[in-house]
Amino acid sequence: MRRLVAPTASTAAAIGVDGGRRRVLKLMAASAALAGSGCGQPPPEKIRPYVNMPEGMAPGDPVFYASTLLRQGCGVGVLVETESGRPIKIEGNPAHPASLGAADAQSQAAILTLWDPERSRTVMRGGQPSTWTTLLDSLATQMGQEAAARGGGLRLLSGPVSSPTLLAQIGEILARFPEARWHVHDPAGCDAAKHAALQLFGGPVQPLYRLEHAHTVLSLDAELFGPSADGLRNAHDFMNARRGEPRARMYALESTPGLCGAVADTRIALSPAGMEAVLDMIASQLGVSDAMAEQRPGPQAAWVSRLCTRLSAAHGASAVIPGHSLSSRAHLLAWRINTRLGNLGRTIHPIAQRLPPAPLADGTHDAAPAPEGLGALVQAMHDGDVQTLLMLDVNPVYDSPGALDFARGLSRVACSIHMGLYRDETAHASNWHIPMAHELEAWSDARSFDGTASLVQPVIAPLYGGLSAHEVLDMLAHMRTRSAHELVRAQWRNAWNMNDAEEFERRWEEALRRGVIEEAQADRLVPIDEKALKARLPEGPGPEPQLIAVFANDHNIVSCNQANNAWLQELPRPYTKITWDNAALIGPATAGRHGLRNGDVVSLTSADKPDGLLAPVWIVPGQAEGVVTLPLGYGRHQGGSVAQGRGFDAHVLQEVRNGMSLRSAAVQLRPTGQHHAFAATQHEMGLAGREPVRSVSLHARDGADAADAAPPSLYPPRQYGGPAWGMTVDLDACIGCNACAIACQAENNIPSVGPEEVARGREMHWMRIDVYHADSGGRAQFQPMACQHCENAPCEIVCPVGATMHDSEGLNVQVYNRCVGTRFCSNNCPYKVRRFNFFDYADHDPSAAARANPDVTVRQRGVMEKCTYCVQRISHARIEAQKQGRPLRDGDVVTACEATCPTQAIVFGDTADPRSRVSRAKASARNYTVLAELNTRPRTSYLARIHDKEAGLEEEDDG
Amino acid sequence: MPQLLERSEVLLVKLILLVPVALLVLTVAGMVWRTTSPVEPGVAVPQPIPFSHKHHVGDDGIDCRYCHTTVETSASAGMPTTGICLSCHSQLFRDAPALAPLHESMQSGKPIAWNRVYDLPDFVFFNHSIHVNKGVACVSCHGRVDRMPVLVRQQAPDMQWCLDCHRDPSGRVVPLDHITAMESFPALSDAQAEQLLQSLRLEDPRRLTDCSTCHR
Amino acid sequence: MAEHEEKAVSPGTPELGAGWTAGGVTDKIAGVVLGRGGPWTRGWHAHWRWRSALLISFGGVLTLLAASTWLFMRGVGLFGVNIPVAWGFALGNFVWWIGIGHAGTFISAILLLLRQRWRTSINRYAEAMTLFAAGIAGLFPIFHLGRPWFAYWLLPYPNRMELWPQWRSPLVWDIFAISTYLLVSLLFWYVGLIPDLASLRDKAASRGKRLGYGILALGWRGDARHWRHYETAYLLLAGLATPLVVSVHTVVALDFSIGNTPGYHSTIFPPYFVAGALFSGFAMVITLAIPLRHYFRLHDFITLRHLELAAKVMLACSLFVAYGYASEIFTAYYSGDTYEIHMTQDRFTGMYAPVYWVYMFCNVVVPQLLWWRRARRNVPTLLVVSLLVNAGMWMERFVIVVQSLHADYLPSAWGVFLPSVWDWVFLLSSIALFVWLFLMFIRYLPMISMAEMRGLVQETAEEAKP
Repeated sequence: MRRLVAPTASTAAAIGVDGGRRRVLKLMAASAALAGSGCGQPPPEKIRPYVNMPEGMAPGDPVFYASTLLRQGCGVGVLVETESGRPIKIEGNPAHPASLGAADAQSQAAILTLWDPERSRTVMRGGQPSTWTTLLDSLATQMGQEAAARGGGLRLLSGPVSSPTLLAQIGEILARFPEARWHVHDPAGCDAAKHAALQLFGGPVQPLYRLEHAHTVLSLDAELFGPSADGLRNAHDFMNARRGEPRARMYALESTPGLCGAVADTRIALSPAGMEAVLDMIASQLGVSDAMAEQRPGPQAAWVSRLCTRLSAAHGASAVIPGHSLSSRAHLLAWRINTRLGNLGRTIHPIAQRLPPAPLADGTHDAAPAPEGLGALVQAMHDGDVQTLLMLDVNPVYDSPGALDFARGLSRVACSIHMGLYRDETAHASNWHIPMAHELEAWSDARSFDGTASLVQPVIAPLYGGLSAHEVLDMLAHMRTRSAHELVRAQWRNAWNMNDAEEFERRWEEALRRGVIEEAQADRLVPIDEKALKARLPEGPGPEPQLIAVFANDHNIVSCNQANNAWLQELPRPYTKITWDNAALIGPATAGRHGLRNGDVVSLTSADKPDGLLAPVWIVPGQAEGVVTLPLGYGRHQGGSVAQGRGFDAHVLQEVRNGMSLRSAAVQLRPTGQHHAFAATQHEMGLAGREPVRSVSLHARDGADAADAAPPSLYPPRQYGGPAWGMTVDLDACIGCNACAIACQAENNIPSVGPEEVARGREMHWMRIDVYHADSGGRAQFQPMACQHCENAPCEIVCPVGATMHDSEGLNVQVYNRCVGTRFCSNNCPYKVRRFNFFDYADHDPSAAARANPDVTVRQRGVMEKCTYCVQRISHARIEAQKQGRPLRDGDVVTACEATCPTQAIVFGDTADPRSRVSRAKASARNYTVLAELNTRPRTSYLARIHDKEAGLEEEDDG
Repeated sequence: MPQLLERSEVLLVKLILLVPVALLVLTVAGMVWRTTSPVEPGVAVPQPIPFSHKHHVGDDGIDCRYCHTTVETSASAGMPTTGICLSCHSQLFRDAPALAPLHESMQSGKPIAWNRVYDLPDFVFFNHSIHVNKGVACVSCHGRVDRMPVLVRQQAPDMQWCLDCHRDPSGRVVPLDHITAMESFPALSDAQAEQLLQSLRLEDPRRLTDCSTCHR
Repeated sequence: MAEHEEKAVSPGTPELGAGWTAGGVTDKIAGVVLGRGGPWTRGWHAHWRWRSALLISFGGVLTLLAASTWLFMRGVGLFGVNIPVAWGFALGNFVWWIGIGHAGTFISAILLLLRQRWRTSINRYAEAMTLFAAGIAGLFPIFHLGRPWFAYWLLPYPNRMELWPQWRSPLVWDIFAISTYLLVSLLFWYVGLIPDLASLRDKAASRGKRLGYGILALGWRGDARHWRHYETAYLLLAGLATPLVVSVHTVVALDFSIGNTPGYHSTIFPPYFVAGALFSGFAMVITLAIPLRHYFRLHDFITLRHLELAAKVMLACSLFVAYGYASEIFTAYYSGDTYEIHMTQDRFTGMYAPVYWVYMFCNVVVPQLLWWRRARRNVPTLLVVSLLVNAGMWMERFVIVVQSLHADYLPSAWGVFLPSVWDWVFLLSSIALFVWLFLMFIRYLPMISMAEMRGLVQETAEEAKP
């Protein structure tokens, strides 16, 4: 099973991942067959030693660098594993508050984007390749004109910016061109929330949640657990609060099933308007709203009052958290309720958003005015006031609300410059396109959601000749090109106002090592404006339309830069398990009303978009009726073969009211009779009377046993001298975020197979996140399912060539190079966790070879594979321990999935050592194994979900 | 009943009857060919620079680790960087035409492309450091390189050869201070051997012959 | 079993038409091959059926060659298989063909030992059928491998890796069971052919044919010594072949019953598979016999009696198979095992239910016709029944292989198998290969044993004596 980089590899890139995959396979097949038949000598291989070996970079030893990835402008600390200078994997940075050692799917998939051969490589001018120098010339003249006009026609459009260096540079530009304006476009953000905060705090403020202090959390469509800049931390904190005494409670009101709903003690499906009504009722019961919220009686009233009592009972330890889909009025209400509940400064910290410094006459700085939104920019463009427009890493032509018609405005701009990772829609619509360097390719800095500043450290020189935003802005501001490295260092030299070079170097080194420059100041809370708090609320929502569309961030593809990422595309959505696609999510009743089945294409039209859009529907249990959820981020026309031509673009229907792009719109739905075939990875979500997932009630936690007695076995018990590896997965802590699935994919060189193959049931993920809906139609339960490493493994006895064996540490090992592919082992695996290379799935692009984990075989076509408990990490740890002549310690071996889990739901270790974490976890009464009745004796066991009856809002526990 | 065939034809018939025999022979030959290593031992591999281990190790007595720097710490033994070569050859034999590629590499910054002599399949994960740290001497796999003007592959890196040692390493290990020595180690008394094994703490052969020891 | 039938049959129906002499029989059968009076010498108009059948089936053979080349280049993903349904058509076809390859040896070996005279005229082509079917069956496991070029790793042979097959796996047993079966059947068939080859040699007009048959006849001169050795060898081989008839399909059945999948994991499988095998085998014997006797005017050799007895065996097998089905269902519910019960209900009502009910009809309901003597002696009816049974048995194999897998233990892993176009190509072209081989066989070898027929003539003559 030699790795083949066949002559056709480069065409593989050109052809791309999905449609072309089959063609690529065709090209690959012959060489694969050759390699298999293994005739004659292997091709002679070269060894290329360093010319001069850098310190501590011996080939074969991984080196980790602390860096930062950006999520909606906010920093998330990561550690990048590099192998002989090639970044191959991303892990969380324990020292960084937004990570605490965990990394979510998006962060980890960034490695694939970094190596993506389809990223933009050259400066483009009007669709023709150009050069950086030509751009500089024309830019010089352009800026000359702008300088004359004091920057009257100069506009800067960027995503949210937290980088101190970038902010300083923007400040400089605004200082140099007083008339120039800076606009921020945040398609994944929530204008309503910003608007509400602006009213209450008089400035841009975002809430920072401290859920470790929370006892009762009410989430209203909030994406608390991400994917977002603070998702990992929220998940981590909330689960800590849950493990504590008293057990923290979560109530989730959701228009569509989200991650909060899965962990909620009570989850209720409501439309955004319904949630606003609930907020009104809570507000009036707490007496914080001018009693205009009339008490509408009904089933709601009962549980809402119960909810109220619970919230006020947890005074100062509760949190009411509204999500993107709610109106700004609802956000106002939430702020009021939280103030009344005394949560501000405890569970919820209003944090001021950093603004570019505006140098004053006396040399000091003052904060510049808050950036304007996209609406103002488009207005100006339509009015022809914009001569020069620089767009930094944004794609408004695609992801701005259809109502704005950004593209038409852009066509009226004399000189439009786009800078981005990909030649996306905006790049094609602009005069200039500048290839941008990936975060892991250029120096920068960033602040995390809580204000902690960290360095963005490049781990490799720009692969495709991208530039850093700092360099371009420096060009604009000063007509000079300093390297991003100098700029960032200069920034911090000023920030630390340090003249002592040595001292600075020391601190800089320290910052690089830890990945954190400056801790967050806890005392930067913004006081709430009492007057605004008392002010009269705007009018409540009118009568609810029959069908309302909610524009939600997709769970995988949050920003345009992630769209060309095959890992994220093929990652099944938590509830629908759809891959490579987005779907209009509707509830069963709504579907029934229109006679729709999964995959039926409907046309959605709104008042001001009569032509509307065509979207295939997917029926989701737990979806609020009368609500159709439209995930954004799909329906791309440019930006890579992986991104293009999938799903539908929901931005078309998005509307704008007084500058705010709305997250919901009234729509009409009409079946078209067409059908779309989705590629989903799980088809049955009922339990069919089985108990793969279990729950124990809170107070029986220590009493009742979740496990069944182990049946007797005819096989003699195995004797183990050394460690006996095992794993536990805590179903009470698992939030179904999919981070482990991607961690596994990155660590183990797992290929993505494309939508056709997924539809045929051939996805390759070793770690499968099952979702079950209790037969009673209750809340959902996630269950990470990978090879269980059975003690009596059914797969082992049926393999005719002994390609899957039990090793002396109890691992069920799969020997790829011995496998002939009878697939009997998969048939005999009751968990169906084995994956088979039906075709030559391995990516043969040179970039794939470069980013592959060199410690894991790249599997050939026709062999079986499965979770190995990261045997390469075990080997590495064992060898290191042996060299130091010490036994393996608990924690020496951390599997990829365990390492990245934000809630520490996964624990791996030596079950033979009674003091190991895993042994202690297995000692819990909640510990059970799946399908124990088959007597497979799995090494992976699960900790049953805890069911807290008292916490529920249901009728029975009334009073 | 008349005789069906003449003499000449009888021969022909006999020949025809040989066909199945031939087929059988071919099959056996095929099996044998399939089961012999694609990499035959005793092969000298040409190199961009005619490097002589005999000269460097045998005559000059340079220790293996001087050039193969990471052999004790890392999976790969490490090939000498251009810099290491030049640490001597910036003075010695500077202008020897054979060393031209060396200087060229230093100027251009392009590495020298040596040809691999021991090439394991990609599904085999061999770690030099652990072998060296467990008392497996260089010479036991690479042979007497101090007698090789041109490096010659000692044996085909076949699984059976690896297993041969993994099944019973105890007899083949040497004290760690003798790892890079070329001449074979003097026979140990039982007591010494016992002590040696104690100090090396070798893994149990069961562990050493697990598939997962070399294949991932 | 067979003896009872012997009695059951009214004495009015002999195994041989009236008025045949030893010479006549020989001439008749040899004639088919050597062309004297056979259809070959006449023009296209006379036997367009023959030639078109040959051409079409040969087209199928070429298709199979092309398809398998493509399969080996592209990978087993061409088939519809996936996870959870990792075995599809290929394995179903394998079991089906092996089953068909059963009747031959059963007829020639077991009936021989049971001194069943009615085997005489049908054993030769039945054995050929066996040989071809088993050979084709042997191809499918290789087609379905992920890395077919390593198929030989299932054989124990000394190698550089010092590895051996994993003996607990029934797939390894399979290799031995099938290869042994093929080998013995081949020997049995060939030894039986020797005297006939000799008579062909002696009758052949052209020198080439004489030479060819002569070589194959291994210098048989038919003297007493030859005959004595021949008889002994033949009997010994029969004895050797008899256990194999049972062993092969038992082992094939173990491939499944060793597995823990509901629908595989069942102790009834070995006997039930063997019965099913004979079932489809006899169905195939009848399917072949009817056109043969019609086309080559063999009504006096393959008489209604043969068909009737074969039909009875078929009926018996059908009952046994029905019992198998019943016991499967009973055990599922009696065990109270969630997974077994779910699997069974899924058979009744799931997405593969139509196939299930169709084969129930074909294998259980239709053969009940054969209780009636009129049906057993009505050739068209027999043909239809046997064809239905063949189809039914294939569907049964399909359901066992696929339906059991598609919804086993964890609901989250349930999936669907849909055959790809290649699945069909391989099934149909394997049938074409079988037909082609069989056509070649009846063209160049005597499809009925002349030597034994001569013996039969003698016996019947003696019986005829008052």
